[in-house]
Amino acid sequence: MPITYTSEEQIEVYRFSIPVTVGVPLLALFLQAFLPHRFPFFRIFDLPLLVTIYFGMARRNPISGLLTGAAIGLVQDMLGPYPIGIYGIAKTVVGYLASSLGVKLDVENAGTRLLVTLGFYLVHAAVYFTVARGMVNLKLDWSWGWGVLQGLANAVVGVALYFVLDKFKQRT
Amino acid sequence: MESVLGRYRNLTILVGVLFLQVLGLAVQVKRSADSENTRLIRVWAVSAITPFERGLVWLQNGGNNLLHDYFFLRGVRAENRQLKDQIEQMKLERARLSEEAIQAERLQSLLAFKELVKINTVAAQVIGSSGSDLSRSIYIDKGENAGLKADMAVITAGGIVGKVWLVYPSTSLVLMINDQSSGVGVFLEKSRLQGVLRGTPNGELILERVMSDEQVVPGEAVLSSGGDQIFPKGLPVGTVSKVGPGRDLFLNINVKPAADLSRLEEVLVVTQKEEREPVAQSGASVRAADILARRLPSVPDKPATVPGAVSTGNTGAKPQPNDAGKPVATPATKLAAKPAPASAAASSATGVAKPASGEPLKKVVQKPASGDSETNGGTGSALSTDATSDTSTGASKSVNSPAKPAAAQPKPASPQAAPPPAATEDNPH
Repeated sequence: MPITYTSEEQIEVYRFSIPVTVGVPLLALFLQAFLPHRFPFFRIFDLPLLVTIYFGMARRNPISGLLTGAAIGLVQDMLGPYPIGIYGIAKTVVGYLASSLGVKLDVENAGTRLLVTLGFYLVHAAVYFTVARGMVNLKLDWSWGWGVLQGLANAVVGVALYFVLDKFKQRT
Repeated sequence: MESVLGRYRNLTILVGVLFLQVLGLAVQVKRSADSENTRLIRVWAVSAITPFERGLVWLQNGGNNLLHDYFFLRGVRAENRQLKDQIEQMKLERARLSEEAIQAERLQSLLAFKELVKINTVAAQVIGSSGSDLSRSIYIDKGENAGLKADMAVITAGGIVGKVWLVYPSTSLVLMINDQSSGVGVFLEKSRLQGVLRGTPNGELILERVMSDEQVVPGEAVLSSGGDQIFPKGLPVGTVSKVGPGRDLFLNINVKPAADLSRLEEVLVVTQKEEREPVAQSGASVRAADILARRLPSVPDKPATVPGAVSTGNTGAKPQPNDAGKPVATPATKLAAKPAPASAAASSATGVAKPASGEPLKKVVQKPASGDSETNGGTGSALSTDATSDTSTGASKSVNSPAKPAAAQPKPASPQAAPPPAATEDNPH
């Protein structure tokens, strides 16, 4: 079993086939654009963010993580009404942090994944709001209660999603 | 240097990628508010996503149609009977409304209120959304090819939805009114208070800029004021749901949208909107003194005393020029018996009568004559759901589309048909 070693710990690094690497983010973006129209409650979820976090943590490669986040975020920006780059920057940061964290922590169990996803959701929101308000001058309001609630909802969905995506990962 | 970059390779790349994105963002923000500079890549992204959305919507509609057309046919006969009964009732209702529409039009012309709203719409289907909780926007299946342009109003029969934000060849992005960055000029139907309607992060609607000493009652209708130059005036926007004290001497007013923004299926895009302000239709130039005289309270006339000569000053009356060449109000008794030619009536519909010496000021307000195209529109809030036809937003027009020329609607001589105070039109307000 090929294993990479970092900081005296045994951490497995996974890779994904090209169809999964391309298809899963695209599917997430498509579902994110389509489902909220049919099911308005779905608007609170951010599937592209969950996919970014998952790929970042699984690959454990900061460069690959930040590039994945940047690509997913930029496409998400293109589908929205605001200037392109807000989601891109936020997801770049999250992708980088997720893959960096994946190197240092065991992010295979559900509890860790829940907390990590909640944390990254808040980081993502913080970066997004900072950029949106500071650079683009969008008048966005942040509600802590609503934000944490959304983060928890995303974390729960994320844990379930990660277990599904685990089926597609291949050990390097 | 090389070793430093190699040592912090990941961080360097992160900073580089972030820098590029910040740079791109700054360029977009600096250039302009419009999205022309990012149009191409947006078109690519939207073109990649929307075909699948269209396909899914098509499949869903197909499935629904299959179910409804073939499997849910039980009870259709009974429903058909019920619908026929309903049609009969609606015919009666329509006849009644037609009469009311005629009356409303007559009163409007009496008040010289010739505002006209003419709307052309294109029906579109909602196929998706931006997919973000931080923005409230939807994609519709019509774009440039259907004549859509940015900043066109998007409405439903229930009320306004938003405006076209970005237009692509076959799709468009619509920014809904509950988006945080949107704003709509509105007024309250009863109190006529004006304000700005804005979205909140939670997708709610807040009416801003209403002073706290104003009386606003929950349940009051909110209509578009037309001040934003996007939405035609008088369209339903929503109803006041909650009123509370706000910041800086303003009220915090929550508004429930008239259109169900979370479950939109089909919408209408207003492709052409023609609004005209009330104007005096007199061909002669109106002097400032005349305008002032119109606004000043005047002494009401004595009611006509001649039996049978009732109050039909709005039926094609024609001001008679006096010695000075100014139009003079013709007595009601004569007007009733002498309808004016169409052209003359149209040209002097709201003429201000110059008094003869020693006489009080009078206004002559006439109903426009036949052939006056402006009579085809009224004002109001009802919307026709006919998606592709010219739609006048008059309350009367939605139920009574044909024009009502004055010549075709001779005023009855009975007092019931033409209220005397209106006909003498000394003070139409």
